[in-house]
Amino acid sequence: MFIHDTILHRLKTGCQTMAYPDGPPPPLPDRHGGALKVDAAKCADGCRDCVPVCPTEAITRAPGKPVSLDLGRCVFCAACVEICPQHAITQTGDHRMAVSNRDDLLLGDPGKEQIRLAASLDEKLRKLFGRSLRLRQVSAGGCNACEADTNVLGTIGWDLGRFGIQFVASPRHADGLLITGPVTKAMELALKKTYDALPDPKIVIAVGACAIAGGPFVGNPQVNNGAESILPVDLFIPGCPPHPLTILDGLLRLLDRLPEQRKQAAAAPVGVDVPSSFPQAAHLNPHLPPA
Amino acid sequence: MSATTPFALIANATSLPWAALPVWPADEFVTATAAELQRGARLCSWFAVPEGEAVVLVAVIAFDADNTLAVGRSLPFGRSYPSLTATHPQAHLFEREVWENHGITPEGHPWLKPVRRANRNAPANGEFFHVDGPEIHEVAVGPVHAGIIEPGHFRFQCAGEEVLHLEIALGYQHRGIEEVLENGPHRSTLVQMETIAGDASIAHGTAYASVMEALADMEAPLQAQWLRGIALELERLANHTGDIGALAGDVAFLPTQSACGKIRGDFLNLTAMICGNRFGRTLVRPGGVRHGLDPERAAQLAERLSQALAETAQAAAWFWDSSSVRSRFDNVGVVTLKQAAEIGLVGPAARACGLVRDVRYDHPAGWHRFTQAPVAVWPGGDVSARARIRTLEIQRSGELLLEQLANPPDFGLFAPIAPPAPDAIAVTLVESWRGEVCHVAVTGRRGHFRKYKITDPSFHNWSGLALSLRGTAISDFPICNKSFNLSYCGHDL
Repeated sequence: MFIHDTILHRLKTGCQTMAYPDGPPPPLPDRHGGALKVDAAKCADGCRDCVPVCPTEAITRAPGKPVSLDLGRCVFCAACVEICPQHAITQTGDHRMAVSNRDDLLLGDPGKEQIRLAASLDEKLRKLFGRSLRLRQVSAGGCNACEADTNVLGTIGWDLGRFGIQFVASPRHADGLLITGPVTKAMELALKKTYDALPDPKIVIAVGACAIAGGPFVGNPQVNNGAESILPVDLFIPGCPPHPLTILDGLLRLLDRLPEQRKQAAAAPVGVDVPSSFPQAAHLNPHLPPA
Repeated sequence: MSATTPFALIANATSLPWAALPVWPADEFVTATAAELQRGARLCSWFAVPEGEAVVLVAVIAFDADNTLAVGRSLPFGRSYPSLTATHPQAHLFEREVWENHGITPEGHPWLKPVRRANRNAPANGEFFHVDGPEIHEVAVGPVHAGIIEPGHFRFQCAGEEVLHLEIALGYQHRGIEEVLENGPHRSTLVQMETIAGDASIAHGTAYASVMEALADMEAPLQAQWLRGIALELERLANHTGDIGALAGDVAFLPTQSACGKIRGDFLNLTAMICGNRFGRTLVRPGGVRHGLDPERAAQLAERLSQALAETAQAAAWFWDSSSVRSRFDNVGVVTLKQAAEIGLVGPAARACGLVRDVRYDHPAGWHRFTQAPVAVWPGGDVSARARIRTLEIQRSGELLLEQLANPPDFGLFAPIAPPAPDAIAVTLVESWRGEVCHVAVTGRRGHFRKYKITDPSFHNWSGLALSLRGTAISDFPICNKSFNLSYCGHDL
């Protein structure tokens, strides 16, 4: 009898939602590798071994310049990591990859060996969206992998709802747009119309190599090489597809909801814009992280 | 049947010299193809290869009962030919596609309109079949849908709640994959293949790798073939479990929805155990695979798999135990056996109509030559049957995986691959979780692709969804749609 069985099962398993972000994050698969790091200083003069093996032409090296890796375009196949004789390109194992500016995904220049993680929204937007962010999702040529790993955040293990983040069925109900896919020519108009239908103020999040830069399809005549060619983008989350943990980190980072951001803020000198502590009613809901 | 066919026989995942294909003038080619379809062959693919100003039509047909495929082609011709669809509806999208891409008219096609680029990239503004009458109303949905779903447009002709006709207009996901393959393969080809339909990365990746291996007249080492087989079944488990959960969600049966949502992720994580990526990206490559599965990792995988399978079995049992779930699924969204055969359904949707049709069994290639799961068939053609097929396939794929993980073969993960043979044609079928993936490459003088044709199972099956809605309440659309769970990008390419 399913009625007894489901109740018993529920009692036995208890709450299956992960402790993260208050507890440790679930480990990435050991062969995932996480974000990449480029120590261009290690590159041998004139070595271009990594350039031709990159399937999305994310790596370039102009004569006399350090190697440059665009993590926005990267599909994380690690072909460059394998071929590099100097171990200049390495995997960090870090799931955190979301950035606020497209340029923060370009690696290689001195001081820019790693990505520069996103800052949170400004205080005004944080006050508006920090506790309640409603997103409309538009797939514009996405292959259903970024979509699937965004969808998974709604399942019991991740439970995105506990952060007040929810995907809604109409742009009129939304505070922001989450875009996947390279933006095909055929979806360009629908995407613009969806954006226009969102009330102001609004944010745009590009998830996956396609939405950031065209990904595997960069340069195909039928696509636009990413959302930024059509709309202003506030958050870029790299991957092909990004691991759900990477997506969640990006959303929470934007809303200033990560413990590491609170620590940074606590360490910040007085007078710096310290993220506002979040609502006092948090204790009413045991699932909410402490403000 | 195949013993007397005038078409050239070709085994799955092998190649033939282009010159070995039998040739007919276009009209006779249509007659010859129709004759084979008439006596039970099935159309896997139908496409045009440009030759100067003219085109050559190519047909890939399957004699499922005889476990063989066959190919034939027409002489180059210019403008039009008598439509195959007029007698064999399973050709209808293929002929529209050739017309859209090459301007070749199939004379007598009953509904000749673009497949992907209607009305200059605005499929929703294209032409639709229209029912007239005082009680008739039209419902238009999409391209953007109310969830995290790919875009497409659905146009319903309704009398009250009852759907008289549904027409599906796709093309919003068109990324131009086949166009850029001309003169390929290119650097980006493998990653594009893996993202044809991102939830079937292993199936499409394997089909592409097998095409390249067939053109190089080699096979991937055995352990690589084994690992591709393992990954393909893991892909099936993840997606079927997700579908069971989604169907449960659409009839508000929350215990199974919650459980399956989580277990689906567990299966994806098993694929990530092998290659780091939850969708199997970067695992398959022409010549073999990029990651190995040592006995220790295989044992760990098997242990986690057993756990996930037990949880899936329990969640499915709740679902089938509930009379309220069964009553929502029974006799809803029926596609008859006759319709299924006529429109050429493939995969679980075909098997749920009683058609015994499974590439792994009918046209075994790779590891499936050594071992197979029994084909799951459940006659009925309704939502219930499509859900039952998934439950059965979860069990059978699970058993196969546990058996295989305990017995890994030796012999290597990768062998360097020779350049593709010039002036050849290679055909590969793979049974993805949605059904038959078909890749065909035709190479030119230098071994480059003259034409690369991809047929995702969704290309065959979207018409099945449209038919399943006839006479059904429009409120049943969500469960009908989930029971097929077709790919928009796989169709749009």
